[in-house]
Amino acid sequence: MRVIIVGSGRTLYFLCRNFTAKGHEVAIVNRNPEECAHLARQLPARVLCGDGSDAGILEDAGARKAQALLAITPHDQDNLVICQMASRMFGIPRVVALANDPDNVEIFEALSIASFSTTHIIGSLIEQRASLEQVVNLLPVGEGRVNITEVILDDGSPVAGKLLKEIELPENALVAVVMRNGEAIVPRGQNRLMPGDRVVLITLPENHGAVLRAVTGEKD
Amino acid sequence: MKSKGSESLYIVIVGCGRLGSDLANRTSSAGHSVVVLDRAPEAFGNLSQDFSGFTVEGDATELRVLKQARMGKADVVFAATHDDNVNLMVAQVAGRIFAVQKVLARVFDPRREQVYGQLGIETICPTSVAVRMFLEKMEQPATGRKGAAS
Repeated sequence: MRVIIVGSGRTLYFLCRNFTAKGHEVAIVNRNPEECAHLARQLPARVLCGDGSDAGILEDAGARKAQALLAITPHDQDNLVICQMASRMFGIPRVVALANDPDNVEIFEALSIASFSTTHIIGSLIEQRASLEQVVNLLPVGEGRVNITEVILDDGSPVAGKLLKEIELPENALVAVVMRNGEAIVPRGQNRLMPGDRVVLITLPENHGAVLRAVTGEKD
Repeated sequence: MKSKGSESLYIVIVGCGRLGSDLANRTSSAGHSVVVLDRAPEAFGNLSQDFSGFTVEGDATELRVLKQARMGKADVVFAATHDDNVNLMVAQVAGRIFAVQKVLARVFDPRREQVYGQLGIETICPTSVAVRMFLEKMEQPATGRKGAAS
């Protein structure tokens, strides 16, 4: 895959190393000539020095042939415009913007640009890791926008003994699978959750904590 | 602007440099309610003595700051900072998120202007405007100047 990464700093460096190690062809766009020289020495990637929201620079970086572009500069306005230029002008199929300000995730989505916020992701990871020992597994998917979590219900769980349809979960959350006696059940409204069930939940970073509290009954 | 004099509009101007402050001074003295936003408080020194609107200090790419400027109530938004990308982001947020009716963004780069024109963002590109005016002037016979060849 041909990938363009626009940005700077250690995140850019490690992302690029990661992509090239997997055999992807990476072009980097960075504004700072010194950092560019350093990156060009350290990484098996093409490095272009310039403004990533400039159509000419994007074209030089191979935007016409790229399959993906990541905009991870420290400025949200640049990340937005870089992604919009990349998809509008060059038709790059997958573009992703970093939202430095977590509020901008929503704005970028409203403007049809996929985005992620490291603040959201790290915040929810810490919340998840720190809070509950019943939570046995966690897998972020969809660029960290979706969590899959496995929870073991105990006797104290407010949802144990209830029918699925009686359980009120926050918006955008789903009890996807119930594991009981080694059997996987995809539950419907008429299924009852029982203590000892291993429940697989699908949540979003925004509601993850609230869903876990609703399922386990723990208040933190 | 659509209305002259009679109807007072609520206008948010982002960026208080030469363009932003001049727009702010003129719209304010025309009787409109004006809020000017800039992240550098010293920029408000460009406003005239007669400016009767409000100023908000902050980064216009933060939703919080735009809410503070009550962008949701604006009839008109001018995005007039020195940074094309700030202007384009603010214009889109004003139009799409806050549903402001009239949004104009200054964009220096003509190629960016093209892309955002397709996205329905109304832009003014000083370079394109200047080029058009130069060419128009060139086409015109030297009217008004008695016989001047240049």
